[in-house]
Amino acid sequence: MHKSMSLTQLFTATFRLSAFTFGGGYVIISMMRRNFVEDRKWLQEEEMLDLTALAQSAPGAVAINASILTGYRLLGYPGALVAVFGTILPPLILLSTISFFYIQFKENFYISAFMKGTSAGVAAVILDMVVRMAKKILTEESFFAIAILLLSFISSLFFGADVRLVIFGSGLLGLLRAYYANRKFKGVRS
Amino acid sequence: MLYLQLFWSFAQIGLFSFGGGYAALPIIQKQVVSVHHWLTLQEFMDILAISQMTPGPVAINTATFVGMRVLGLPGAITATLGCVVPSFMVVLIIAYFYNKYKNIWVMQGLLAGLRPATVSLIATSGLGILIAALYHVEIEAFAIKNIASLDIPAAATFIFGMFLLGKRRSDPIYIIIGAGFLGIVFALF
Repeated sequence: MHKSMSLTQLFTATFRLSAFTFGGGYVIISMMRRNFVEDRKWLQEEEMLDLTALAQSAPGAVAINASILTGYRLLGYPGALVAVFGTILPPLILLSTISFFYIQFKENFYISAFMKGTSAGVAAVILDMVVRMAKKILTEESFFAIAILLLSFISSLFFGADVRLVIFGSGLLGLLRAYYANRKFKGVRS
Repeated sequence: MLYLQLFWSFAQIGLFSFGGGYAALPIIQKQVVSVHHWLTLQEFMDILAISQMTPGPVAINTATFVGMRVLGLPGAITATLGCVVPSFMVVLIIAYFYNKYKNIWVMQGLLAGLRPATVSLIATSGLGILIAALYHVEIEAFAIKNIASLDIPAAATFIFGMFLLGKRRSDPIYIIIGAGFLGIVFALF
């Protein structure tokens, strides 16, 4: 657990991030990574990658899962609760307000031009994170990690493999590899 | 009991949607349109459009919207909690095991496989968003012959954004808001 942070800080951080998460769950992960790992040093790169992998593998929205996991990692159960409230409040407030005039909202020229514009920015934010994370994995120079990276990338991009299948398959391969490595290690000792 | 129905419907959405975002849409549509008739198909499409224009996960946005329509603000809160509570519990169990056993070979092995796969899945999703931003087509429908129909302002925004993020370490929030305002400027002129 982290000593130099409080629940209030965690709430403000998640609220602020969630209020600007246009374009889906991976944006909030990019922002969390930038904010929690690079700027505030609350988490290490490796941990953030683990939490992202777990958020992706659990049921429910990735953004919500990621904030529960980081909240718990940083400040235990209260942290998880505070982080999830910080994350759901902005869309709850916004959408309940918009629901009164959603047709006008949807058809407003400025709002839709703004939103169309953000998607190029969202793509930049996500791909910038991908480059950093991929670099981290590639510099570890583990043949296994690089193989999984390419295999899952090709199968999801070119063959449209289901997210569940990719997660299950890569988790299984990781387990099998660890199992055999573990057995070999024990075999050498005995 | 409408509150319970709302909660339970969205709890199912929260529990059975994996991979987030658009993978959840068929489940949401089934619960909200086909089973309970809380929204018409047109309203559901509207809320999807709005969901893309506002921050927050699609499931949470739909929950808030449907809740408001059915029972007002208490309904919105009930539906949103329904969406979050079940996965909150599942994720907390995962978080507990992760923190307790992260140095055990089973967990290490699992994560060694999941980490690179996660990066690939995010890359695929990011490329999908990029193709949609630059060519206004779904990534599945994209082909080499579309290459010429590039949206140049969007491409410029993307390259400028990558530059600011990579070289200047700009805050992602400013990149996204800046891209939005550029979008208004390009739409006006």
